[in-house]
Amino acid sequence: MKDLLHFDELLSDDEKLIRQTASDFIRDELEPYIEIWFANGEFPQHLVKKMAELGFLGISLPEEFGGSAASPLMYGLIMEQLEYGDSGIRSFASVQNSLVNYPIWKYGSDKQKKYWLPRLAAGEVIGCFGLTEADFGSNPAGMRTRAQEYANHYILNGSKMWITNGSIADIAIVWAKLDGELRAFLVPTDTPGFSAREIKDKWSLRASVTSELVFEGCQIPKENILALAKGLKAPLSCLTQARFGIAWGALGAAKACLNAALNYAATRIQFDKPIGAFQLSQEKLVEIYSRLIQGELAAWRVAKLKEGALFDHNQVSFIKRNNVELARETAKSARSILGANGISAEYPIMRHLMNLESVYTYEGTHEIHTLILGKYLTGESAF
Amino acid sequence: MKIYVCVKQVPDTETKVKVAEDGKSLDERDLTLILNPYCEFAVEEGLRIKEKLGGDVTLVTVGPDGAKAALRSGLAMGADSAIHLSADNARMADSFVIASLLAEQIKAGAPDLVLMGKKSVDTDMQAVPPMTAALLNLPIVTAVVEAEWNIDSAKLVREIEGGKERYEMAYPLIATIDKGLNEPRYASLKGIMQAKKKPIETKTVNLSGETLVIEKMSYPPVAQPGKIVGEGAAVAPELIRLLREEAKVIE
Repeated sequence: MKDLLHFDELLSDDEKLIRQTASDFIRDELEPYIEIWFANGEFPQHLVKKMAELGFLGISLPEEFGGSAASPLMYGLIMEQLEYGDSGIRSFASVQNSLVNYPIWKYGSDKQKKYWLPRLAAGEVIGCFGLTEADFGSNPAGMRTRAQEYANHYILNGSKMWITNGSIADIAIVWAKLDGELRAFLVPTDTPGFSAREIKDKWSLRASVTSELVFEGCQIPKENILALAKGLKAPLSCLTQARFGIAWGALGAAKACLNAALNYAATRIQFDKPIGAFQLSQEKLVEIYSRLIQGELAAWRVAKLKEGALFDHNQVSFIKRNNVELARETAKSARSILGANGISAEYPIMRHLMNLESVYTYEGTHEIHTLILGKYLTGESAF
Repeated sequence: MKIYVCVKQVPDTETKVKVAEDGKSLDERDLTLILNPYCEFAVEEGLRIKEKLGGDVTLVTVGPDGAKAALRSGLAMGADSAIHLSADNARMADSFVIASLLAEQIKAGAPDLVLMGKKSVDTDMQAVPPMTAALLNLPIVTAVVEAEWNIDSAKLVREIEGGKERYEMAYPLIATIDKGLNEPRYASLKGIMQAKKKPIETKTVNLSGETLVIEKMSYPPVAQPGKIVGEGAAVAPELIRLLREEAKVIE
């Protein structure tokens, strides 16, 4: 893909270097096998350790906890390259970084941080994040999962749905109501009463583990509560981190689709010329490209804002909504440029398109982000 | 073990190069520049020797300001420090001038071992390493494909026409590394963050004494379209005749 606006000039040598590393990793370790993993519904768990060695599982964490203390822009660039490979591998990294490391770092005790964070960053421990329930997606405040306090422990009852990494996790961050207030608990997955069932019947994110979690009288030690997390704002702050990465990831999926379409348009001959020489193909390619480079600039701007006082979750809603939608449209349009070959597993487009259907809906649906921005603009809440 | 690895920044072989308006240099505006892949093998080998025998790895490059990116990339892989011999117009400089600058630096630093890539993928001259060795009066083994590094000496193997040459030699020495000796590691995020704290010593140098002048750069000729002789076994004799008499590729 060409760099019309010289986006690369906005990146430092280090930022370009980490993007290159992530890109090399995806090219070497994922691209040759992903179509098979996706077809078989397999998550490439052997890549967890490799990602940890590259520093991809503790990107923003301070060095004292085994992280690299990298900037939001570096985080974004890594997510972009991972999803250039597949949304499933990016989803894994998003959860570990933004939905497990982040809440422990932000809301946990020193003891919890010292114990869990270095293990998570090293990939020795896999985490998952249980907020969504079968009947409570866009409305998490209505959740039914409950914790009850006893003298020495809590008892957890309820269930969670659509949990990425659920069946492979060693630790689950579970959001539950305690005396009517939303709280978070560190639940080791070997706790008696905990069970995870993998959701296999899905046509999206097939190279990622998605599960239902069930808690039947799980006894949770007192020290496993994330003491500082209280109320809906706490899980939403985690989602802001993850959504920021998703906005970047979507750019990666879109770039993969655009590159496939550009290559195809240059080599596919119909009526004695490459289809890229026809006006309708050019219009599609220009439309995809224009939206993509706008989305990239917006994501870059929010990455810079994220380091300062002007950062605001509405900015993340904007890029999540904008970039995932443009990626989904890119995948559809790129698919049409490839004609019949567009549906073939020889090209990555259909896989990305199916993945993006999940990405469009998870971490705040497209519609909910529309309403968040509607509220930002008008001051009126429509939900 | 004190190890110097001499590296070069080159255009990425995956990007299309454009000749600049002056007709004798590359247009760098859309050029992606990378650490020369053969230099990556040399950096990787230096790091492995350090891991085995101890010591430190210093990178040396001659190049314009932007060449620092190549040093950062080697530092992020794990090298300890870097020396940047900075000159604006060093990108396509005369091999002998580059070799002289490197030789001066190597003489001053007196490393036990100097590693370089077998060649740089841009100019493909393979001239700098032997010239540097000659200027320093040091032994050199080029295009090393197998190596055993010990504390006092190294056993090195290079491929030659139809066989292999084996050397055993004491330090100090210069070796250039060929593809296949190792698989370079990725620059990890941690490595990249730590590299920010590693020192790059910059010295402005001048390229006086340059005798090589690039007069013109041009693109390779566009390939002529192929010719279809016909179909089936019947046209085989005609095809053979054309390959022999017109294309002159068989005898």
